[in-house]
Amino acid sequence: MSVVTAGRLRSRTGLAMLLVAIAAGLGAYVIAGLGLRGKVPANIGIYGPLIAGGFLAAWLVQRKVAPNADPALLPIAGMLAGIGFAVIFRLDAGLKPEDKLAQEQVTWLLVGLAAFVLTLVLVRDDRRLDAFTYTIGLGGLVLLLLPVVPGLGATINGAQLWVRIGTISFQPSEFGKVLVVVFLASYLSNKRELLAQGVGRFGLPRVKDLGPLLLAWGASLAVLFLEKDLGASLLYFAIFVVMIWIATGRPSYLVLGLVLFAVGAYLGYLAFSHVQLRVDYWLHALDPQHVFDQGYGQIAQGQFAMASGGLVGTGLGRGSPTLIPYAATDFIFAAIGEELGLLGTAALLTLYLGLIGRGMRTALQRTDAFGKLLAAGLTASIALQTFVIVGGVTRLIPLTGVTLPFVSYGGSSLVANFVILALLVRASSGPWERARRG
Amino acid sequence: MDKQIRRLGLALVALFLLLVGQVSNLQVFAADRIANDPANAKRQLIAEYRVDRGSILAADGTTVLAVSRKSRGELVFQRRYPDGPRYAGITGFYSLVFGRTGLEYSMNPFLSGDAPELATQTLSDLVLGRPKKGGTIVTTIDPEVQATAERALAEQLPEGGSGAVVALNPQTGDVLAMVSIPTFDPNPLSSQDPELIRSTWDQDNEDPARPLVNRAVGELYPPGSTFKLITASAALENGATLDSSFPNPHELDLPLTSDTIENFGGGSCPGGSTTTLLVAFTNSCNVIFGEIGLQLGPERLAAQARAFGFCATNPPDETDCLEPTVPFAVPFQSGRFPEPEYFQGRDPAVAISAIGQDNDLANPMQMALVGAAMANGGIEMAPRLVTQVRDANGQVVKRFQPAIYGRPISPETAAAMTQMMVSVVESGTGTAAKIPGIQVAGKTGTAQHGEGVAPHAWFVSFAPAENPQIVVAVVVLDGGDLGSEATGGHVAAPIAKQIIEAYLGGGG
Repeated sequence: MSVVTAGRLRSRTGLAMLLVAIAAGLGAYVIAGLGLRGKVPANIGIYGPLIAGGFLAAWLVQRKVAPNADPALLPIAGMLAGIGFAVIFRLDAGLKPEDKLAQEQVTWLLVGLAAFVLTLVLVRDDRRLDAFTYTIGLGGLVLLLLPVVPGLGATINGAQLWVRIGTISFQPSEFGKVLVVVFLASYLSNKRELLAQGVGRFGLPRVKDLGPLLLAWGASLAVLFLEKDLGASLLYFAIFVVMIWIATGRPSYLVLGLVLFAVGAYLGYLAFSHVQLRVDYWLHALDPQHVFDQGYGQIAQGQFAMASGGLVGTGLGRGSPTLIPYAATDFIFAAIGEELGLLGTAALLTLYLGLIGRGMRTALQRTDAFGKLLAAGLTASIALQTFVIVGGVTRLIPLTGVTLPFVSYGGSSLVANFVILALLVRASSGPWERARRG
Repeated sequence: MDKQIRRLGLALVALFLLLVGQVSNLQVFAADRIANDPANAKRQLIAEYRVDRGSILAADGTTVLAVSRKSRGELVFQRRYPDGPRYAGITGFYSLVFGRTGLEYSMNPFLSGDAPELATQTLSDLVLGRPKKGGTIVTTIDPEVQATAERALAEQLPEGGSGAVVALNPQTGDVLAMVSIPTFDPNPLSSQDPELIRSTWDQDNEDPARPLVNRAVGELYPPGSTFKLITASAALENGATLDSSFPNPHELDLPLTSDTIENFGGGSCPGGSTTTLLVAFTNSCNVIFGEIGLQLGPERLAAQARAFGFCATNPPDETDCLEPTVPFAVPFQSGRFPEPEYFQGRDPAVAISAIGQDNDLANPMQMALVGAAMANGGIEMAPRLVTQVRDANGQVVKRFQPAIYGRPISPETAAAMTQMMVSVVESGTGTAAKIPGIQVAGKTGTAQHGEGVAPHAWFVSFAPAENPQIVVAVVVLDGGDLGSEATGGHVAAPIAKQIIEAYLGGGG
């Protein structure tokens, strides 16, 4: 009885939060239109109902098939996606044909919500995924390496991480990432005792147990070498190290992972001029002799945009974020910084922190190793990706091009993130240790 | 595993705190430094042109000198000058390549809405989502006086000639008109087509007539006999009267040299073997004023020039005095008179300086200020070009009150000067400025400035003499005739006459 009541209460709170999120996203869209043209965007009558309807439908399905799920996850993602859509619409306004990006983003948002619903419906219990460890692992590996297949892969902006079939191109690595996390959760939850057996004073793992770690290191180096995708390879390796550390509880894996990361990064730096360039862009972005050059200029424009935005920003539609190259994808955080100011960027980071908090809570609530690793791994993948791109855009670390989860323009990323969200929602709906819910 | 999950959570929070720190640094602490990077100029430009820049209006509050219009281009607003060339010396231009000049430059904080006085307005614009509106500037310019001055000057100029006029209200210092010919059109320079801007700029700069130079305030010329206004003031301030008598030879031997000063035409001044200050002034006798200069000495002469706002330079150099002695809203070159030290061992230079040659320099604004001090009982008002700033609702947010620059002469000296200047127009070198029914006070000047070049023709005047309402200073460059001092009067005085007639006949 009390469970049902609690469920209803949760779902009502969730609905209220979702309505606020939808209102914020569409409100930002309207304000962007006012700021740009002095009038409400003409397509509000189409996009408004589509976006609101899509999210409400997703919420209804979630209430039906995952009634005890964490109610905050969908609203947080909804708010991020709504702000992203408004900013993409705003960035699109200077381009021809107008509204193309916004229209595509709404389409992908709806596809993403469909994927969310489909994942929730198909995966009624996430532990059933545990049965397909190697199938999923293989699938992940295939998706990761698909862009290298001759005739399929396409190089965009120096990185070969796209697959083009006919006119449609997509980034399989975005989906590969999800499968890799599920595989690792499954594999590590089964092998954790084995891997945790250390030898010697420092509890170092046995050489034969290092196999998976070295395999992952090799795979991420392969991604780096074959696809020249620095960001993704860094991300995979970090997720792997974090998950194996959680599974085994051995800090030695963290240390070893850091060492391997350093070696890999150094090798990458030596082997690839584009890695060297990334470091140079990072260090010398604002040097007068470089500031208009490609690479340096992108980072410089991001810096200028965020600095020009200041504390409160110029207001949506009132800045000049279209001066930033790739403002809608890699640099959308800088565009938000210019028009919404520190208040906007801080709010955005707070939303991600909220998502991380809910994800970690789910990991703690789960009683099974697989569920814990799944929730923690998925959360870490979103958090680390956000850190890598925001850190790169703000010049905290060298820039590696990955998308800002839920916010950036791009179909593959948006759909993959909604699949991650669905798995997190599913993981949060049980099974839990009842006592902990208090 | 829970221990690791908690630690992971903390580590992720720590990473995000790093991001928050970096973002705060970028957007707040280092924001100004980064945003003002020269490489960020385009963003600043777009932001600047998104402001509905305030208008510049004439004194009537309706005649538009400059206004912002919506643009079709990438930049939102575009500057328009409906009567561009006529007011170019006042408004200046607003160019995205070459920056701002004139009032567009000096009043920019108001026009752009950045001045604190406009904060309420711009804040409500921001909150209500309206484009930011700048303040409207109301100037002192009288469109009729400006148009008359422009037309009268143009009529007197030969083909390709140049000259300038300044008309002031002596009681307030208000600039009623400021004309410089040739002028330029600020519209193409303020367009949003960089190619048009550059080609216009090149054309204007390569034009030998130098249309971008504002000859009313921005350049300096020998003032010739109009400088006798200062020499006579110094004499009166130092004890002379209108009846003080001076020896009247036909030429003045300059000490230490074989050079002489001669009167225009070569004869001696009217009055026999001696003559009076009044007669010498009325007929602009160089010989007598050379004597007066030598009697006064460089200290007194320089002090008087200084009191009127001439800048002291030694060595005489046009590049000194970067800031005008008398403040003004657009770049103003104060007149120049050498420091007393300059005259040590150069006695002849004192006499020559007393008649407005050697290293004396002035422009119509400087000479109008001298005339205005005489017209205003010895009180020199600082020239005022802007009276108020209004916000977009028409609310006055800032007033510029008339300001006294100084008291270069006593009321008695001012009255005596007025009497002598009336005499110039009644019966002296300035009869061309005579207006039936209005007593005009004036002083002519014909300033030599090099061999084989026609002298500059000057006229400094005010009217009505008994209650002066308007001061007019005119220079027609290279427009006089060396043969006769009166040619200065013939060329420049009719211009002043037309302006005075138009102003007093129409409005006052």
